[in-house]
Amino acid sequence: MRRFMIIAGALALTACGQDAETQTAYASYQETLAIELIDAEPGDVIEIPEGVYAFDRSLSLTVDGVTIKGAGMDKTVLSFKDQIAGAEGLLVTASDFTIEDLAIEDTKGDALKIAQAENIVIRRVRTEWTGGPKTSNGAYGIYPVQVKNLLMEENVAIGASDAGLYVGQSQNVVLRHNRAEKNVAGIEIENTFDADVYGNVATDNTGGILVFNMPNLKQPGARTRVFDNDVIDNNRGNFGHEGTPVATIPAGSGIVVNSNDQVEIFDNRIAGHRTVNIIISSVYSSGLSQKGMSEDFDPYPEGIYIYSNAFDGGGKNPDAVDLQALRIAMFGPLGALPDILWDGFVDPEKLEDGILPDALRLCVQNGDAKVINVDAPNEFNAPRVADGDHDCAHDKLPPVRLTGALEMFNE
Amino acid sequence: MPRSTRDERGWFHQFIPFIALLLAACSAEQPGPTDRPDENPQYLSDWNMFAVEDGVLTLSEGVTPYDLATPLFSDYALKLRTVWTPGGAPARYDPDDAFGFPVGTVVTKTFFYPMATQEWTGAVTYGAEHTVENGAMALDGYRLIETRVLVRREGGWTALPYVWNDDQSQATLKRAGAIMPLTLFRPDGRGEDFAYLVPDANQCAACHASDARTKKIKLLGLKARHLNKASTFDPPFNQLEGWMASGLIEGDIGDAALIPQNADWSDETASLEARARAYLDVNCSHCHNPNGPADTSGLDLEPGASGPAMGACKSPIAAGSGAGGRRYGIAPGAPDQSILVFRMETDDPGAMMPELGRAVAHEEGVALIAAWIAAMKGDCG
Repeated sequence: MRRFMIIAGALALTACGQDAETQTAYASYQETLAIELIDAEPGDVIEIPEGVYAFDRSLSLTVDGVTIKGAGMDKTVLSFKDQIAGAEGLLVTASDFTIEDLAIEDTKGDALKIAQAENIVIRRVRTEWTGGPKTSNGAYGIYPVQVKNLLMEENVAIGASDAGLYVGQSQNVVLRHNRAEKNVAGIEIENTFDADVYGNVATDNTGGILVFNMPNLKQPGARTRVFDNDVIDNNRGNFGHEGTPVATIPAGSGIVVNSNDQVEIFDNRIAGHRTVNIIISSVYSSGLSQKGMSEDFDPYPEGIYIYSNAFDGGGKNPDAVDLQALRIAMFGPLGALPDILWDGFVDPEKLEDGILPDALRLCVQNGDAKVINVDAPNEFNAPRVADGDHDCAHDKLPPVRLTGALEMFNE
Repeated sequence: MPRSTRDERGWFHQFIPFIALLLAACSAEQPGPTDRPDENPQYLSDWNMFAVEDGVLTLSEGVTPYDLATPLFSDYALKLRTVWTPGGAPARYDPDDAFGFPVGTVVTKTFFYPMATQEWTGAVTYGAEHTVENGAMALDGYRLIETRVLVRREGGWTALPYVWNDDQSQATLKRAGAIMPLTLFRPDGRGEDFAYLVPDANQCAACHASDARTKKIKLLGLKARHLNKASTFDPPFNQLEGWMASGLIEGDIGDAALIPQNADWSDETASLEARARAYLDVNCSHCHNPNGPADTSGLDLEPGASGPAMGACKSPIAAGSGAGGRRYGIAPGAPDQSILVFRMETDDPGAMMPELGRAVAHEEGVALIAAWIAAMKGDCG
């Protein structure tokens, strides 16, 4: 810390030669923290005391082994309301990193981005756009991408114009006891292997919890367990940016699996979604150009297993013209879609005698919850409620175990 | 582009400008350049790469100015680039990657603008190139903003930003970076306020750590394809072959005709394809390459990329507002439906590209990329 004070002092002295306007722009805690991040050494704990701190440009950390710690997510606030440069609030491209007990507010782009790193803990961090949910808000709240061995717990994400809590292209992930509200997507797991998503609350988003695979990326994703979450009333009108994948999510989608494989959804409380409580779909239902997909991309959701969830309400007023027409035609003007909707896309090359092999099927063991196959491949011509098609079971996935220094956080 | 190297006048002529440079530098009687291996000096002058005195910037002995076929756009700033190696030790030539410079090498890039007013008011403009001739550059009518230093130490490259003072006599280390409010007057008279960003030392790595696996700071401009052009400083010779002759680079350069060469983005005699790819290469590919920090997007803008990897009919991954309501990175034939063009046009920090180092739109660059996309055939189905 002493090393840092000397540098800050020197900078303050030399700044006297600058014109006044330039000086006020960076004579603040902004410069203090920026220098502290630049000079950080492995093992350092950077403590940010209680207070609201204003930043006009993004911060970044490139040194491994650093912890950033605030005084609490409602006490230490990094405010980027007046940000004029940088695509995120804090960008971390370093491993063995922990951040906890602070808030990042009103960034122009993403609030907290952590890229290409290992052994990351994000705990009790709040990311929020304080003007309420708006399309002009930044895209992601907490955004780890290409991270191996990741724990995200007890965070709060509010108001993101894409996903509040987003894990992309990562491996070995535990995301638990977080709260996501008033985002387009509450929680999104994308192109990620081995993720446990449990004990979270997703409410008042457009879509509650999304498990997606997108084309053209280095890795697909598989093996996500979504369990013991409260996914309630995610009916907020979609305020995502047109053109982005989440902008196609109908308001009132509880849990959505898109093109991902071996996703296990169990023991959740899923209620009150105007479109449908669970959607299992292919990227073909997202309107992507097939010419714009890498050739090796697998667009089919396979080996999905849904069991023991508690459903309540839902499906009464889908936010999609096709689905609304289908609801009225099949279930009457006052009827509701079943709890689980499947778009019906299967890989023709994997069919054996016209039937999908057991390992690839959508399996449902969920009491009286019904599955509707909307027959999207044939323009919704022959939709049907077909529980018998899904009366099967997959082997359960093993729990994700955090490794190395994060092993002690396994529950 | 004319390649005028081993012409009938022979190699000897190439050395005349070097001698002139040497003489000019000697007359300035400064201490020689130094690599400062153990500390980050507080003042730019401590490096002794050049001196600024009486309105003239004079390069020190052994300091070589260079430029690129197509440079990175930085809010229309003019740039003076220099390289110096201890004892004139050579860099190792590489046809594709940055040259392998020896420990102690110091590379500088000075950002400056033509002033829009007689007295300095923060108003800047742009227009003709202005650079050193015979090792010296007049500064009258120009405003020095910042000088970025890259020094090759034992452990790798270190990046250090220096900001010039009000009376233009000295630049001071600003590792936390800075934002400077400036006003840009375009040649047609339109003016716009913008916030010029001096990157902090970590943000330097946001571009220069172009391989996200190693996260090591690398040189970006000092590559064969950018340097392989007619020399601005020793016309009419080829810059790379001049360096070979002077001993600044060594190694098997092979057949000179096969050295990679990017087009000059503004050279209207070159093909639209070559100009656009050169522009995207230097402005985007330090992040958008298969191992770069932006490989998370699946978009690759290196010269060899094609199809969805280059953005054709490709949906965005995590673009947020950067999608601009458009569905594809490149919609062939339709620049106004292409995310690439939107991201170059916008000045919203949450949406624009590049993420750092640009605050105003490069209208001429946007026009080039738009024309390139407009000429593409096909559709996204």
